[in-house]
Amino acid sequence: MTLAELLQLVALTLFAAAILLGLLRLVRGPATPDRLVAADTLTVIATALLAALAPRLGSALYLDVALVYGVLAFVGVVALARIIETGGVR
Amino acid sequence: MNLLGSLLLVVGALFCFLGALGLWRMPDVYNRIQAGTKAVTLGTLTTLLGVALIQPGWWPKLLAIGGLLLITNPIGSSVIARALLRAGVDPWHRPEADKRGTP
Amino acid sequence: MTPHSHSAAPTTATTLTALLVALLLWLLLTGSLDGQELFIGLLVAVVTVLLARRRSALFDGIIWSSQLPGAVLLYLGYFLRALVHANLDMARRILSPALPIRPALVQVRTELTSPLGRLLLANSITLTPGTLTVEVEDALLTIHWIDVPPDTDIDAATRAICADFERYLRGFVR
Repeated sequence: MTLAELLQLVALTLFAAAILLGLLRLVRGPATPDRLVAADTLTVIATALLAALAPRLGSALYLDVALVYGVLAFVGVVALARIIETGGVR
Repeated sequence: MNLLGSLLLVVGALFCFLGALGLWRMPDVYNRIQAGTKAVTLGTLTTLLGVALIQPGWWPKLLAIGGLLLITNPIGSSVIARALLRAGVDPWHRPEADKRGTP
Repeated sequence: MTPHSHSAAPTTATTLTALLVALLLWLLLTGSLDGQELFIGLLVAVVTVLLARRRSALFDGIIWSSQLPGAVLLYLGYFLRALVHANLDMARRILSPALPIRPALVQVRTELTSPLGRLLLANSITLTPGTLTVEVEDALLTIHWIDVPPDTDIDAATRAICADFERYLRGFVR
């Protein structure tokens, strides 16, 4: 294994740890807003992870997935925030 | 180039990890948004830069992802924060007693 | 001060700007300068701009001049520096065991008048050290500040949070 490959593995491990921490916040809450923030952060981390995986898996297709995923996640977050704004927290 | 790009991937992942750690450690939802948005945005941008160094041919799409992210991510955070404020969630203040230094 | 209205029909310059932005995004996404690709891209951009006509008023905040590219670059440079600084600052707070934060909501006043200018300012504030834009109401921005110095009023907060960004932004937006 080359040094570059080792570094990429370290990066992927860190991403996995970040997603675990985010999931922990998503599960523990304590309230709906905390979960929403956790979900928002998770989607962005997932976008970064998809981009980081692309060169490793050797396909630029993952970048398209990352792009569409990021934009859709944004729309979803805004929609959920609207629901909170018009009532129905907790 | 490959090595430098991989190094940037590690730095980006580290920032994402710090953001998630902030999400876990901060006392209330507004501070969690702050930690989440900033660190993760920079982490993602660094990651994209790293990928661009590893695969130079992909830069246009990476730039598009970065640009969209830079616009949508802070808007998303602001929208959540505004929704919380309007729904009546009060921000956390450091309790006065805390200043003496709790264990 | 120019009045801004979302319902008025967009000017030619605004429509052209929207078209240019849509086309640029298409170019980045396809990553090719092939004639056929360009033709389809132009078609898609025109349809998009027509569909989003009412929204393209966002772009009339731009001040067109020969200084525009330079001003944008200066702003981007300042912004990226602030972003990196914000993250080192945030990392320090997250990692230190005592969690050194004094959060509160503050208000600042902006002199930018266009929706685009205020959008860019709000986004910049969100991504820089310890501040998060919570609400934009006309010229007043409500901001969650993670480390508020004692006895901060609206003028002090304006100076500390948005004065620098505003200076750079006013080079190319109203």
